[in-house]
Formats: sequence, C-alpha cells, structure tokens
Amino acid sequence: MGEVILMKGNEAIAEAAILAGCDGYFGYPITPQTEIIEYLFVQRPEDRTGMVVLQAESEIAAINMVYGAAGLGKKVMTSSSSPGISLKQEGISYMAGAELPCVIVNVVRAGPGLGTIQPSQADYFQSTKGGGHGDYRLLVLAPASVQEMADFVDTAFELAFKYRNPVMIQSDGVIGQMMEKVILPEQKPRISNEEIVKRYGDWITVGKPKSRERNIITSLELDPHRQEAKNLKLQEKYRLMEENEVRYEAINCEDAEYIIVAYGSSARIAQKTMDMAREKGIKVGIFRLITLFPFPKKEINALADKVKGFLAVEMSAGQMIEDVRLAVNGKVPAEHYGRYGGVIHSPEEVLAALEQKIIGG
Amino acid sequence: MNIKEIIKPENLVYKKTELMTDNPLSYCPGCGHGTAHRITMEVVEEMGIWEDTIGVAPVGCSVLAYDFMNIDMTQAAHGRAPAVATGIKRVMPDKYVFTYQGDGDLAAIGGNETIHACNRGENIVIIFVNNGIYGMTGGQMAPTTLPGMKSSTSPYGRDIEKMGHPLKMTELVAQLPGTYFVTRQAVHTPAAVRKAKKAIRKAFEIQKEKKGVAFVEIVSNCNSGWKMNPVDANNWMVDNMFPYFPLGDIKVDGELVK
Repeated sequence: MGEVILMKGNEAIAEAAILAGCDGYFGYPITPQTEIIEYLFVQRPEDRTGMVVLQAESEIAAINMVYGAAGLGKKVMTSSSSPGISLKQEGISYMAGAELPCVIVNVVRAGPGLGTIQPSQADYFQSTKGGGHGDYRLLVLAPASVQEMADFVDTAFELAFKYRNPVMIQSDGVIGQMMEKVILPEQKPRISNEEIVKRYGDWITVGKPKSRERNIITSLELDPHRQEAKNLKLQEKYRLMEENEVRYEAINCEDAEYIIVAYGSSARIAQKTMDMAREKGIKVGIFRLITLFPFPKKEINALADKVKGFLAVEMSAGQMIEDVRLAVNGKVPAEHYGRYGGVIHSPEEVLAALEQKIIGG
Repeated sequence: MNIKEIIKPENLVYKKTELMTDNPLSYCPGCGHGTAHRITMEVVEEMGIWEDTIGVAPVGCSVLAYDFMNIDMTQAAHGRAPAVATGIKRVMPDKYVFTYQGDGDLAAIGGNETIHACNRGENIVIIFVNNGIYGMTGGQMAPTTLPGMKSSTSPYGRDIEKMGHPLKMTELVAQLPGTYFVTRQAVHTPAAVRKAKKAIRKAFEIQKEKKGVAFVEIVSNCNSGWKMNPVDANNWMVDNMFPYFPLGDIKVDGELVK
C-alpha cells in the first residue's frame, strides 16, 4: 500500500496517467482542467517512463494526435473541459468509428457556449448519447473523489483496449479542483513496441511486414450495406458493454424508501442530504452511478419495485433524469433536482427538493 | 520473336512497384493522383523502408489512398492529417510518416494543423497535391482556385474582392523555422515526374535524418473539375497554374532559396 498524500483531482489524473504506463498525452489548456497538462510538464514523464507530453495547437489537433498514436496500439489520452470537448467531438466520432482505444478526460464546466468556468454536470447527454455524429457510444466513468480520479485512469485504459473504444472519464470542476487524500497506484511499466505488435499486430498501423496484409485505420465504408454491417458490429460491442461493465455504488439502499440517483460531486453532496434525512427518520439511500454509460437500467428498475420514489440530482437542467425515468418505467415517481450554470446545490436544497417533489408529491 | 522471348528478366525496363495494390484507381482518367501515388510508393520501396512507413490519407479525392498504397495507412479526418502524423511520429519517432493531402484538406480546413505541425518541425513528410479545386465533392472553389477561375461555387469566376486570393500555402510554410525542405513540383510530363520523384526521395531522406518537415507540393490538374479533356487540362495548368504557383525549390537545407 502506498502512502496517503494530499492532491488535487486534476493532479491525481495526471500522476495516475504516468503510473498507468500511458505512452502519450496530447492536450490544450482550458479551465478548470489545466493542472493536468501543467502537472505533466513539471513531472518530466519523458524521463520517468518515456511518456510523451505535447501541447497541441487546439483541442481538435490534440484529439487527432491521439487518433494517430492510438492507431499504433499506444496508450494515449487527452483531457479538456466542456467547450474543448465539443471541439474534440469530430475526432471522438472518428475514433469510435475506427475502433481506436483512448482515454478522454472531461472536467465539466457550465455551458452552453463559453458558459462559465464553474462546475457543472450538463455534459451528460453529450458523453452518454454519442456527442459527435453517428451511432456510437463511449464508456463513461464518473469519479466522485480524488481517489477515484487516480484509480479510474488505469481502469479506463484497460476498458479502452478491451473494447477498442474511446473511454471518457467525466469529472467536474469540483472534483478536478478540490484537494483530498489519495493513495496512488503502483507504477505500471509502459508496454514495449515488441509487445504491442504481439498483442495488437492484427490491427495496428506500425508498418507492414511482408508477412501480413496491410492494416488500415479508417471509419470510412462507402458501401451502405457494409457500413450497416460495421454499425451492427459496433452496436454488438455497446451491448456487451451494457452486459458486462455497469458499475455503481449503492449506499444504504437496502432499507431505503427513497433513492437519490447521482454521480460525481452531486453524489458527494447527496451523502450529506442522506445523513440529514435519516436523522429526521426519512429512509434515504443513494444510488451512485460510476458508469454513466453503460447505465444501470436493470438495477434501478429492480429498486423501483421496493422504494417509493427517486430523485435524480445533477448539476444540470435535467439530463440523467431521462435515463432514470426510462429505467424506473413509471413504477414510482422519479423527479429531477439540480442547480446549474455553475451553481452547486447544497445538501439542504437537495433535502428540500426530496421532501417537496417526492415525499410530499 | 514471340511474346515469351520478349518477357525475360534482362528485357525488363519497368515494373509496377509492389507497394501499389492491384485495385483499379478511383481517379478520373488524366488525373495526376495516380502518378503521385506511384512515385511516392516507389521512393518508399527504393529506400527499403516500407516495413516502417505509415501513410496518412486525407479527406478528398485521395481519401481512398489506402486502397492503392500497399502499406499500413491511417485515414484522417478532413484537414487533420498533420496532427494525426504528429501523434504517430511522437510515440514512435523511428517510423517514417507521411501525409498525402489535397488543397482543400491542407490549405483550407487543415490550415491550422498544417502551420503548427510545420512550425513544430515535426519529422514528417507532407505531400500536398494542389489542383486548385475540390474534386471529390464535384468541383467547388478551393483556397488555391485562381482569380477568375470558374468552379461550382464561383460559377462566374473567382472574384478576389469577395472570395479572397489563392493561398500560397507552400510559400507560407517555407517561412516557418520548422520546415527544412519545401519544394513545388508537377507530374504532367516524364521529366516533371522524375524531378518530383527526386524531391519526394529527398523529403524521405530528410525524415531519416530527423531535420524537420519536408514539404512537397505537386501542382496537378483536375480535368473533371475544370471541365476539360486531360490534354487541355495539362496545357491550362502550364499556362495558368504554373505562373501563380511556380515550380522549383522554395527552401533547401533549412534556407530559403533566393
């Protein structure tokens, strides 16, 4: 076990990337996640592990650098915040179409447009429903602590290569900026070029030996029937993710009459609400999403048979609530509460919303 | 003498490089892309570097370059090839990486990626085929469309007052310290093809020595987009394109040619 240290969420992501044996980071500064690239440059990871760090000319260039390097079977990543993630959507769609693994960190800030630099969770639709053009999905992990910021980087890389798909770590300005204690993972060695060829030689573009046909990284397939077949293959992959990769944390859900569904910093705030409610004798549990996609449909549907209502708490005008309602399927009331535009709801506000919208309603 | 007596190794004067596939080219008859593909692949073959070479195909007429070039290739989003090549080269610096881009791809939508990859001095080869028009989408105005030249989005000719001037991207990148070799060639005559191939060879040699960007523009035709037959298109290119985009080296050994 490593020692307990104090770290910012963004720094924990950066350090965890080096420790995960990441081969390359390509990024562009944007608040509130700029500490990630700053930390990496200060750390000189090229000396520590040989990891490449490059400041690109734009978020668009950064995701395309990731695209290029990912095609070589390298563990590569980028990070940004909401407006920058919008710019990356073209590249993300191409990577989903070309089935390339990578990790994308989104430290969400409020929008739309330039919005503000304050925390938000209003990118839920963008990250879980595709984001760019075409039918595709990202695996989306939502850390709720600095510890999870550190832990999820390696998990994200493992999942990215397991499914040959981009994986997003969707955080927010609260988790990115706050300092907490964290125990860092062990240093994983970077994978050698020889080992990469051994593992991924059937698809990576590292140069064609005479012994095999050329490999091509592309999302293009002009023939509609073949494009449909390609889409069907992708859909099967997303179905497997839904079958195998649902992650969540159920806190006090066994005896709960009311469930708060939340992720990231909203789930942290909801814990205080839960304590306050239980002191008042209201049995509240928290269903914390760890994966935003795949969404825990079955689990929430099963809970709906036991409880009186759900409150979806998110720093948005109501995005995750749509998935909660689909899962609850009308069995019991499911309502949304959240402050947004960069405002963070208080535990008291969440409790009041629970009492008014669910218990009183 | 019958055919069997003629087909002997000692009589071989020319052979298709194995680095071109047998797929029929999707280019219009008379187009310069096929020749530009072939000489690029011949250089890769002659240098013996195909096992370490990765090509980056653009969006445009040469979007399917990977169907014709028998090497590992990756297909970039429109204009992003220099960023994709940067990513490849940075994580495996000993590979040979080239982009193959048209004028819309490189000079319009990918202007930023081109300038910054050149400015960083990435050790890559950029092959820039400039035919002054968007061929794939059916002949729209490109950044390199000449003044007065007709296209489907400048149907009365490019009006430079309203549509701006043709962009000399090659001269522009030559100004950046990250470029080491910048040249403009053509592939419309055997002599031009030989010179263009020599330039591409030089470009890959520079990449071997990791001296920065080697940038080879090939001024070419688009007889379909220009609505001419191939012979007229080549003549028109010589009379109109070459005066605006003069052939020859622009930067050699990191120094601008006076």
